Amino acid sequence: MAAFTLKINGREHQIDVDPGTPLLWAIRDNVGLTGTKYGCGVAQCGACTVYVDGQTVRSCSLPVSAVGKSEVTTIEGLTSKEAVAVQKAWAAHDVPQCGYCQSGQVMSAAALLGLNPKPTDQDIDLAMNGNICRCATYVRIRAAIHSAAKSLEG
Amino acid sequence: MNAHVKPAASTALSRRSLLKAGAGLVLATYVARNGVAYAQDGAAAKSVNIAPNTFLVIGQDDTVTVLCKHIEFGQGPFTGMATLVAEELDADWTQMRADHAPSNPVLYKNLLFGVQGTGGSSAIANSYEQMRKVGAAARAMLVAAAADEWKVPAEEITVEKGIIKHASGKQSGFGALAAKAMQQPAPANPQLKDPSAFKLIGKEGAVTRLDSVAKSNGTAEYTLDIKDPGTLTVLVARSPRFGGKVASFDAAAAKAVPGVVDIKKVPNGVAVYADGFWPAKTARELLKITWDDSKAETRGTAQLLEEFRARAKKQGALVKQEGDVDAEIAKGGKLIETEFVFPYLAHAPMEPINAFIHWKGETASARYGSQFPTPDHAAIAQVLGLDIAKVELKTILAGGSFGRRAQQSTHVALELAQVAKAIGPGRPVKLVWTREDDMRGGYYRPFSLHRMRGVVRDGKIVAWSDTIVGQSIMKGSPFEAMTMKNGLDSTAYEGSNEIPYQVPNFRCDLHQVDVGVPVLWWRSVGHTHTGYAVEAFVDQLLEAAGQDPVEGRLAMMADKPRHAGVLKAVAQLADWKGAKLEAGRARGVAVVESFNTYVAQVVELSMGQEGPVVHKVWCAVDCGVAVNPDIIRAQMEGGIGFALGHILYAQQPLEEGRPVAGNFDSYRSLRINEMPQIEVAIVPSTEKPTGVGEPGVPPLGPAVANAMAKLGLPRPTQLPIRPGDTA
Ligand code: FES
Ligand code: FES
Repeated sequence: MAAFTLKINGREHQIDVDPGTPLLWAIRDNVGLTGTKYGCGVAQCGACTVYVDGQTVRSCSLPVSAVGKSEVTTIEGLTSKEAVAVQKAWAAHDVPQCGYCQSGQVMSAAALLGLNPKPTDQDIDLAMNGNICRCATYVRIRAAIHSAAKSLEG
Repeated sequence: MNAHVKPAASTALSRRSLLKAGAGLVLATYVARNGVAYAQDGAAAKSVNIAPNTFLVIGQDDTVTVLCKHIEFGQGPFTGMATLVAEELDADWTQMRADHAPSNPVLYKNLLFGVQGTGGSSAIANSYEQMRKVGAAARAMLVAAAADEWKVPAEEITVEKGIIKHASGKQSGFGALAAKAMQQPAPANPQLKDPSAFKLIGKEGAVTRLDSVAKSNGTAEYTLDIKDPGTLTVLVARSPRFGGKVASFDAAAAKAVPGVVDIKKVPNGVAVYADGFWPAKTARELLKITWDDSKAETRGTAQLLEEFRARAKKQGALVKQEGDVDAEIAKGGKLIETEFVFPYLAHAPMEPINAFIHWKGETASARYGSQFPTPDHAAIAQVLGLDIAKVELKTILAGGSFGRRAQQSTHVALELAQVAKAIGPGRPVKLVWTREDDMRGGYYRPFSLHRMRGVVRDGKIVAWSDTIVGQSIMKGSPFEAMTMKNGLDSTAYEGSNEIPYQVPNFRCDLHQVDVGVPVLWWRSVGHTHTGYAVEAFVDQLLEAAGQDPVEGRLAMMADKPRHAGVLKAVAQLADWKGAKLEAGRARGVAVVESFNTYVAQVVELSMGQEGPVVHKVWCAVDCGVAVNPDIIRAQMEGGIGFALGHILYAQQPLEEGRPVAGNFDSYRSLRINEMPQIEVAIVPSTEKPTGVGEPGVPPLGPAVANAMAKLGLPRPTQLPIRPGDTA
């Protein structure tokens, strides 16, 4: 066990865990933020996507000891204009079915729009193919990302 | 619109407690009460006989919360039930909310099952009238209350978009009149609207899903998110082979892991209790367990396939016969024979299996995504030795199911209660299965084989024989009596025994085999394999007969207007006859009825380096009255993506009885870059509404196979199409 200070959504949290504990479980079990989901634990599904210093990261596969002083953002702390546009578009298109993958999808989609305000279908496929949706809501994810991009124009 | 994921009144549904919580009207009595009511809280326990049949709570803030007797894990029953109620109540959509009804087999039974449960794409089908009546009765009671209050005749009162009005200028929302409405007698048979007056049912854009916002911002609560104070996370080490038992174990190293609270032997294996997932998982890996495999299944799928093949050479138990297939084969003509092999499939819902319970000694309360609350409830009570009235079971949102959470064996409820019992009362426990536990934990779509034989003569299909070898889902389950005829499991042959085509000589027979691998219904159940076998084979026979796949099918469907209807609709949508395809592309078609919903699909694909690439799917669906058109489209889209991922990549092979695939790296799932474009047409219908959760799945696989055949490739006879592919 070791003490760590995690900076999550702008707040510092002291936790005492095994250094190998994946960031995902520190966020969920120690900090108590449960919007970030567990789907595979092996960086295959993207349900656990968070930002570490603004980069999308699979939190199930990043040990707490490697986070250091980096800023972590979870779905609860998502406030960028891209994120707001994405969440609006998600509701407008009724993207979610079971919804369990959608925190991760929204995190990845908002990050994509931050880097590329006008993604093509191919850009979307490339940026989003690390996020599995077992309900296969992919058609609507694509459409909603295009809508969000449009809403951010001008 | 926010889902009412945790309304104040969600766990205390007695009439009294709802009133306390500020709910104005709690609507009662559409299902006959027989004096049995399951307690949901202390207050109800004291008054078991007066628990009302509550489907609807009108708050003083005008919100209308529908208590949904079906679990919401993506297929949209929250929105569907609320649509039915709101339609007859003349509510405004923005005031509607939904939450899960608690477990109560009397009040909240599925009218098709007789117990509370979700499955068989039945939510809308069994609730269509019931929920409309709830809305209509509530409306009548509100109107009566207004008439009373305003001293005007009820007939002069109108209700529109949540506002109750009289010509005198008097008007009110629902909330202000709700308490008074509750004093009014509930009409026994409230008048329902004529469909021509519908404002929400079947109307494009009239409603949006009630759960979209909460599911886009991380606030929707699933079982994995439960964090009641003092909750322990429990992981169980289970036998790597089905039927294996713990012979002995050494927990010394596991116990030393910081955060581990206890380790106990339980009927399924060894349970690790810890104050979080990671310590529990770390400790579980340090357990040294010797397994007793003397009663375990030790055959692998390669061996099973050999055994199945050998059986298929002989005729099985007769399911259906018309004419004389053997005589027709003996007469000559073009005899076509093929075999189709279908692997074990895991459901792999995005949220792996889990469940929560707090056993307090005299009472217990459980919360999780229970798809069959009635048997789960009884199982928990039995393990804990409690009267069922002392056990509360609350269904919450679940991250998908595809059949996995509908456990007729109640194995998760049992394991949950067993781990709670093993550590003793007063310790809330959250049982968590890892993804690997889920993939390797059984309850698969049965491994099965179809041996098909058909005769084509003079351009016509004159004989058809389908010998099926497979495992029974229902045998030994509480549903055995209901679903098995002459000892044969209808879910093993549904769709193969009643094909939509007129063939004069027909036979379907079944070898029902016992394998020690637990199996379960998997999104569209028997149709997952019978749909493929029938639709790939009929296409092959029509090809041999020199007929067009659409015209040829239609010619044999004279007495199947709804099959023909969707087939014609999809042909039109895709411009089957006229479309000019890019070089290297081809199209295939298939039509399958399941759960009384008719779906036809056309697939356009080309062959990539590694296999088929599906570019576009056209889909026509006839599900009777279309209650929520956009949810129907969403279910067709999702069903198509789910089906495509599995026919391309998915299988759970067994080696010496041990399931091999453990995660999405070895059980590959469809990803967004592989998702085709999809166009859906809903065929207008005035028939009773039927479900859409499953029926989008079956036609996709055979339509892919049939398109491959158009490119001169064999129709795949062993699924998945790309077995070697992992992510
Ligand atoms: S849980 Fe991290 S990628 Fe699946
Ligand atoms: S919405 Fe269910 S897994 Fe994506």
